[in-house]
Amino acid sequence: MLEKALRGSRGYWMWIIFLVAVTANGFFFYWQQLNYGLGITGMSRDVSWGLYIAQFTFLVGIAASAVMLVLPYYLHDYKAFGKITVLGEFLAVSAVIMCVTFVFVDLGQPSRVMNIFLHPAPTSILFWDTIVLSGYMLINIITGWVVLSCDRKEVPPPAWVKPLIYLSIPWAVSIHTVTAFIYAGLPGRSFWLTAIMAPRFLASAFASGPALLIIFCLILKKYAGFDAGKTAIQTLAKIVAYALAASIFFVLVELFTAFYGGLPEHEAHFRYLFSGLHGHHNLVPWMWTSAVLAFGALAALIYPRARNSEPVLVAACAAVFLSLWIEKGLGLVVTGFIPSPLEAVTEYVPTGPEMAIALGVWAGGFLILTLLYRIFVAVRQEENS
Amino acid sequence: MKLNNIGKIVAGIVIFIVLATFFFWYGTGKSSSLPQPSLDTPAIAQMKEKRCVEDKAFMSINHMKLLHNWRDSAVREGNRNYTAKNGNVYKMSLSGTCLECHSNKEQFCDRCHTYVAAKPACFSCHSIPAEVKK
Amino acid sequence: MTPNRRDFLKIAGMSTLSLIAPAILRPAFAKEKLSIPGAKTNQTSSSQQLKGKRWAMAVDFAKCRRGCVDCIAACHEVHNVPQFGNPKDEIKWIWREKFAAIFPSESHPYLPESLQRQGIPVLCNHCANPPCVKVCPTKATFKRADGIVIMDYHRCIGCRFCMAACPYGARSMNYRDPRPFISKINPDFPTRTKGVVEKCNFCEERLVQGILPACVTACKEKALVFGDMEDPKAEIRLLLSKHFNLRRRAHLGTEPQIYYIV
Repeated sequence: MLEKALRGSRGYWMWIIFLVAVTANGFFFYWQQLNYGLGITGMSRDVSWGLYIAQFTFLVGIAASAVMLVLPYYLHDYKAFGKITVLGEFLAVSAVIMCVTFVFVDLGQPSRVMNIFLHPAPTSILFWDTIVLSGYMLINIITGWVVLSCDRKEVPPPAWVKPLIYLSIPWAVSIHTVTAFIYAGLPGRSFWLTAIMAPRFLASAFASGPALLIIFCLILKKYAGFDAGKTAIQTLAKIVAYALAASIFFVLVELFTAFYGGLPEHEAHFRYLFSGLHGHHNLVPWMWTSAVLAFGALAALIYPRARNSEPVLVAACAAVFLSLWIEKGLGLVVTGFIPSPLEAVTEYVPTGPEMAIALGVWAGGFLILTLLYRIFVAVRQEENS
Repeated sequence: MKLNNIGKIVAGIVIFIVLATFFFWYGTGKSSSLPQPSLDTPAIAQMKEKRCVEDKAFMSINHMKLLHNWRDSAVREGNRNYTAKNGNVYKMSLSGTCLECHSNKEQFCDRCHTYVAAKPACFSCHSIPAEVKK
Repeated sequence: MTPNRRDFLKIAGMSTLSLIAPAILRPAFAKEKLSIPGAKTNQTSSSQQLKGKRWAMAVDFAKCRRGCVDCIAACHEVHNVPQFGNPKDEIKWIWREKFAAIFPSESHPYLPESLQRQGIPVLCNHCANPPCVKVCPTKATFKRADGIVIMDYHRCIGCRFCMAACPYGARSMNYRDPRPFISKINPDFPTRTKGVVEKCNFCEERLVQGILPACVTACKEKALVFGDMEDPKAEIRLLLSKHFNLRRRAHLGTEPQIYYIV
């Protein structure tokens, strides 16, 4: 099946070349980071995690795209998703690959990465996260690939795939829970020390993953001649709407506890996010953008007539993606460090090389995704002809 | 399977074999002399019995394992003394014990390491007493 | 039966995997254990060595002299702590902070002005229940039997999870090569390499030689008192039993072992 990725239109190849170029640019700056050290980034003694770990956190959410298709199709026999479960699984695969790469480029001593397995520490959540993430990637690449190649031969998938698919459902919950536990178990960081962190991760994941998937389905429809079907897309849009509503609700719940409860060490972080602290307000415009986008998208997705219009749907999904990217990929990680345990406010701004590396990782992930989707589309077209 | 591209396949195999074995035949005919680590330091010259922590045969094969063992004992267990096979007791310290005698790192450590292209990271943290005093 | 391309690729793939697998798996199973008959490692036998069950330190606000940096200078010199001259790359093992920063919950504007204005040393708290140890994915940070929370710089992968976990901001990352920024290297103590996290080690290397920590001996006012909390006759125990004292953010359950006498 792999050879199908090698056939495509001019536009396909231009896109591939563009992605390779951005990835190569990322490699170039990563080489510089290897030589100079992580000091090449905007991270500091006070804000010791930045863009990389934030992207990792956000992308774990994107990986949830698979479960929101697999669950209705395999557990509730929701036929409309039958054609596209593989799309969700392939998106999950490339998202997890990006996650792992982001953790890797964040290491100060990448050559020692095998120490995680040579000296495993079961008390560390990071250890468990490497296990659940690699497991989730394996499950999705295996099930996606097997199901697609069986579709191609027009034979039912082998019996052993079913249990693996069922396993992927709780496993998807585990990747968000474990990733949330990285943050929610640190007594000294009151911004993260909240039991609602894992539910928040799940809700935002179930919104951002399917939202991206809708956009991809519509792109495939327009440029690659693959139609996922209106029912499937509309159902996905409803899933996004419910998940987004839950996500917004969870954030509001957090805000209530922070501001009405008024515990200073809890409140300070939210103040920094939404109104700035001691004259520092880098993230304030971003967070308000995120809030406006989230509410706007929610309104568009709830109202059926708006949702049914394709341009509105695309705009709403892009808004969901952007809003949650700001919330997770910018706000959540950095704000845990602001103010610091010693009440100092050190702001964080990513540097050029840091952004180039992050873009490179994104491009690499999209490259894998493009190849996988190209194979998928070719197989589906073969079926129809 | 019909082999209708037999020419291309054979050419591909030949290129692969040439590339894969490149490093084996590249050096044939040329001889490079084996490195000779130098033991010519004042501290070694003063020794009655010229003996490292363990005997030479063991050290030349296992020095890196011995150092790993020292590293873990000293850092992780807080054990700093090493009792050798012959009963001598040594302080487990790279800069303090090893480089005390082998004060000529460049003529001793580096000669072999350069020859076999080994790049131990020891000295990015541990200091070389001769260099620090300069 | 002639094999088709699919089978051929499968066989080729499996053979490649079987060739690579041992090389990948070997390091995971091969523990570098060295067995030399008669050879063993043990602790320094010298009677001088300071031994404790739970090392701790008391810091006396009243005795600490304003503007003095003797303890900081001594520590940073002994341990090859670099001076980058900018807060972003900064590395510090012991430094001064204001009362409001150290004890945010206990601070209010009506405290004695002397207390509010004075900076006081802060360092790793060598917690009895250290969050940094719990989160480290490689056991590079660990707690010794004598209570010292220490780092194995050989093993640290630089993930900085410990920095996120430490409630005291006691840890620093080597964002770049520290060596050019050490004015005078102390040959008796290693420097660090770029990409690892570092922090105070309670002068573990001096305790072995029977010497008190560098900051304690450097303090002319005797504001820093080091001792074993499990020894009822220790000076630190006597001191803490006589004077009211606080620990930083003790409500977090980390059991910090630096006691501040107010």
